[in-house]
Amino acid sequence: MTGWLPKDFWTRNETLVAGVIALFCIIATLSDPRFFTITTVSDLLRASIVIGILAVGAMLVLVSGGIDVSFTAIAVFAMYSSTVLFLAIWPDAPWPLIFAVSVAFGAFLGAFNGFFIAFLGLPTLIVTLGTLSIFRGFLLTFIGSQRISDLPPDMRDFSRGVLARGTTEAGNFYSIPWAALALVFVIVLTWFILKKTMLGRSIYAIGGSVESARRIGINVKWTQFFVYVYVGALAGLAGIIHGSVGRMADPFSLVGLELSVIAAVVLGGARLIGGYGTLTGTLLGVALIVIVQNSLIVVGIPTTWQSVTIGILILLGTGVPAYRAKRAAARAG
Amino acid sequence: MTDHASTKTITSAPEFRLLIIAVFVFGLMSVLSPDRFLSAQNLTSMAFQFPEFAILALAMTITMLTGGIDLSVVGVANLSAVVAAIILTQFADPAMPASQSVIWLSFAIAAALCIGALAGLVNGCLVAFFGLPPILATLGSGLVFTGFAIAMTGGSAVMGFPDTVAVIGNAQVLGIPVPLILFALLAIVLHLILTRTAFGLRVTMFGANPLAALYAAIDINRMLIKVYVIAGLFSSVAGLIIMSRANSAKADYGSSYLLLAVLIAVLGGVNPYGGYGRVIGVVLAVLSMQFLSSGLNMLQVSNFARELIWGALLILVMVINTHAVTALRGSFAKTPK
Amino acid sequence: MSSDHDTAFIDLRAITKRYAGVTALDSVDFTVQPGEAVCLAGENGSGKSTLIKIISGVEPATEGTVRIAGKERPYLNPRISAAAGVMVIFQDFSLFPNLSVAENIAFATQLSTHERFFKSRATREIARKALDRIGVEIDLDARVETLPVAQKQLVAICRALASQAQLIIMDEPTTALTEKEVRRLQGIIRMLKDEGVAVIFVSHKLAEVLEVSEKVVVLRNGKKVAEGPATDFDTQSLTYHMTGRDVPEVPPSEVMAGAETLMHVESLTKEGSFADISFDLKTGEVLGITGLLGSGRTSVAKALFGLVAPDAGSITVEGKPVPTGDPQAASMARIGYVPEDRLTEGLFLSQSILRNVAIGRLDAHTSGGFLNMAGLVDEASDWLKRLKVKAPDVEAPVQSLSGGNQQRVALARWLSRAPRVLVLNGPSVGVDVGSKADIHDIIRDLASQGIGIIVISDDLPELLATCHRILVMRDGRIIDELDGRSVTEDDLAHRLAS
Repeated sequence: MTGWLPKDFWTRNETLVAGVIALFCIIATLSDPRFFTITTVSDLLRASIVIGILAVGAMLVLVSGGIDVSFTAIAVFAMYSSTVLFLAIWPDAPWPLIFAVSVAFGAFLGAFNGFFIAFLGLPTLIVTLGTLSIFRGFLLTFIGSQRISDLPPDMRDFSRGVLARGTTEAGNFYSIPWAALALVFVIVLTWFILKKTMLGRSIYAIGGSVESARRIGINVKWTQFFVYVYVGALAGLAGIIHGSVGRMADPFSLVGLELSVIAAVVLGGARLIGGYGTLTGTLLGVALIVIVQNSLIVVGIPTTWQSVTIGILILLGTGVPAYRAKRAAARAG
Repeated sequence: MTDHASTKTITSAPEFRLLIIAVFVFGLMSVLSPDRFLSAQNLTSMAFQFPEFAILALAMTITMLTGGIDLSVVGVANLSAVVAAIILTQFADPAMPASQSVIWLSFAIAAALCIGALAGLVNGCLVAFFGLPPILATLGSGLVFTGFAIAMTGGSAVMGFPDTVAVIGNAQVLGIPVPLILFALLAIVLHLILTRTAFGLRVTMFGANPLAALYAAIDINRMLIKVYVIAGLFSSVAGLIIMSRANSAKADYGSSYLLLAVLIAVLGGVNPYGGYGRVIGVVLAVLSMQFLSSGLNMLQVSNFARELIWGALLILVMVINTHAVTALRGSFAKTPK
Repeated sequence: MSSDHDTAFIDLRAITKRYAGVTALDSVDFTVQPGEAVCLAGENGSGKSTLIKIISGVEPATEGTVRIAGKERPYLNPRISAAAGVMVIFQDFSLFPNLSVAENIAFATQLSTHERFFKSRATREIARKALDRIGVEIDLDARVETLPVAQKQLVAICRALASQAQLIIMDEPTTALTEKEVRRLQGIIRMLKDEGVAVIFVSHKLAEVLEVSEKVVVLRNGKKVAEGPATDFDTQSLTYHMTGRDVPEVPPSEVMAGAETLMHVESLTKEGSFADISFDLKTGEVLGITGLLGSGRTSVAKALFGLVAPDAGSITVEGKPVPTGDPQAASMARIGYVPEDRLTEGLFLSQSILRNVAIGRLDAHTSGGFLNMAGLVDEASDWLKRLKVKAPDVEAPVQSLSGGNQQRVALARWLSRAPRVLVLNGPSVGVDVGSKADIHDIIRDLASQGIGIIVISDDLPELLATCHRILVMRDGRIIDELDGRSVTEDDLAHRLAS
């Protein structure tokens, strides 16, 4: 049943996304020469940081054969509660500490998902749907539902930190914030885990076949547990970056983004059945979604059509390979 | 399939547990807040509140029975409502005499139902002919439907309907709220479809084992398309109720209903992998949720705490249900092969 | 006997295993010497899988002692067992389709050495060594999902070798292989034995492995009923021991003289699967189609029922052409198809017996849009009675039935549709021997009622017991047409394999 799939089938999905991005850039540059400048690139990069970190986590879950819709709630929860916590006990704490606490909160909430999924064996979609409500409900009921713009000073300092900034000859301002380093760090760390550790290979193995994984002695439960804790931690990081860079702890933000993030990952070639998904594909998917969200107007499509465009991209990006697979299966008989 | 189920099978059914939960929640709320929870006013207001998302849960149920899911229900509801609203605002105006506006209202309703059916057809084709996983197909199409609604309205609410529109969402017939009547009708229709028609049996059996359905010469594509069309139609009815109750239509109304609909279906005992689910379970789940949320409202608990409790309830029910499943599996594993 | 026990790699004494009151194994002694190949034979339910589970640490024994490599193991789990060198190759190979050949081979090894980091070069080295050991050449970077079945099996063997296997247990190792591949497997096994690796074959088809085995152990109803050197057994005596009786099968009676042609298949071709398949089927005739796995027999069977769309060729039933590639059209033309894999393809296990039968007759019992429930129940019950299905309640889920009764339910679904042609793919796979004979009776009986039956099978005694004519397929083509009533099993086996 499986012999029909050409080796490079899914790499082609990544090529497809890259192709669409390239096409978009060409059309955009033709219609507005100012599009392809460092300003645009730095804007898009800034917009990609939070979604990118979340997407890397979502990809990991998909690879392991699950799906997680609660990570946005985790992100907001971790961000808001760590902000509230430090405002109450130590407003002048250095930002790395606040970040670390947010990451720890995220990991802790992720452990909840992990417990129900890995140890009680509940379906991932249902569990994370439930915890999405729980985390959000808990946050808004017991921790707070007010926007906080008076963040700990060091968080604001973080948001001012830039790797590079400048003004182009045309007079356009650009900057690349420190937060970009966090995305790079997450990518490198995840790459290392997935490619260079047995744990990472086990995640792929479980996604490929849980039963086989169990039979050769992979500790399926702990590996799954790790995935959800790690994703929680990434969400905690993404959340606190979102709060810092936006200079506002908004308990209503981020939630609602989860399906777009999953869409980005799926566009990048990860499969819902598990076992397949690459960082390159995920980042390309994120890039495409971010470009559509921010620059649609440049190619002459009104922003009100943004949602339609993303929807169609998802349908095409997943439909073309699905249809091809269906045809191939029919041919193979 | 037949009704001669013994008492034992009735009490061991997941629906029986739900009945107990529903009765328990109702009793608890009545005790905690007797004068307010049991007041006629509260009971009526509950009956107006839940049908819109309950109908979406019914739409979710039929797709889940096939092992699919419909993440586009809210998108379809809003798109249908927006189309109806545009018809109502473009061709009818609030000053119009009732006899005339009724014609436009029926026209708007027909258009909304057509949109629902059409959207369902799109979903069905994506799933059946193109082989997309339902979760992705309806995620994508849901964005497209919502997107159309945004594009048509520019993202703002459409309002200014003739008074007759209120009939769908705010009127009562013989003291029974119209939305409740609509929900009851749709629930009965869905129940009959699922248990008393060839199509309904095929839906459940396909959900239980898609491959065996193929080998049993079931016309799977046609069946799937029908399933999603029904889901689309139900969604558009929900959209019309939302429109009437809000007296306006907007692309992002009821965005919390999507997860709520999934939650209710699962709470109602519908197996998200397909093959099992009963309308009565979903109805009981809806009632439990509504009693709980109204009761909590009486007790001055915030909306956010309600969300928390829903989520906890969902996971709790899953834990109970799957432990039953594990026990079942355990007993299976113990028979030698 | 005691010296046997001393040197044995696996030494089970008086093993009993009970599940909730059912005795799956009853005081069984079982030994495997280093470098020895043992055939473990038995029907489904004989206890052979339970025995394997105990050796591999999946299930504990209720009574008795387990020694592996001379050490008593009061507590076993799959990891301990694997660490002691016991490797099981399941029928599905338990590979990871999404990972490379190298990783599949090396994964278990790296887990057992508690590696934390994944080293690509070391992985390839482990894999290369294992492949070299059995002298095969497979692309290390290929994804396993792209490999043909025989190569997947080799990957699974290499994985076991890479983990320092002292004993490799192979579950039904030859069912999926062609003759050539079986010979290569035999070669590999001889090589392994020379290196001191023991092998247990778990199988109910043993002819192919008998010649590389030293010992045969036969289980029946949880008891060891026969044990001895492989040279003492042949297919017939094995069958006798496995079933406990010689099952006398009545050969099929003659096709009625002057029976007319019911189905005509003309040059059915599908590239890569089968080519130029032509035959006629008469009313009341049982036609066998056989061939090794990969010969195209299953694809042809599916094509007859529209599950595979052929590139060319035609099918006519009673003179009327049947559109190809459309199961509904085939079903309308009153062709029925009972698939090979009952559990995943044939039945809706969680659904009631009634529904499983009724699914084929829903339209006939619909009036005014609604189903006539009473009519469905009556009809289904009637068929269940006629096929002697032992079921307490038609509302019980089909998974509560035994294999033989399940197969009868699958048959009942099609029979209730009054088929003209019935395609039975592996009609008695996984069915106990008593039910098997019953199913053969049913087949003969149906044929005598004028239904044309096509039996797709590689079970030679079954073909001989039921078929009037047998078509032999190889490489997607029909290479032989034999008279089922005169051909002998040896002759058939020879033609199949040559």
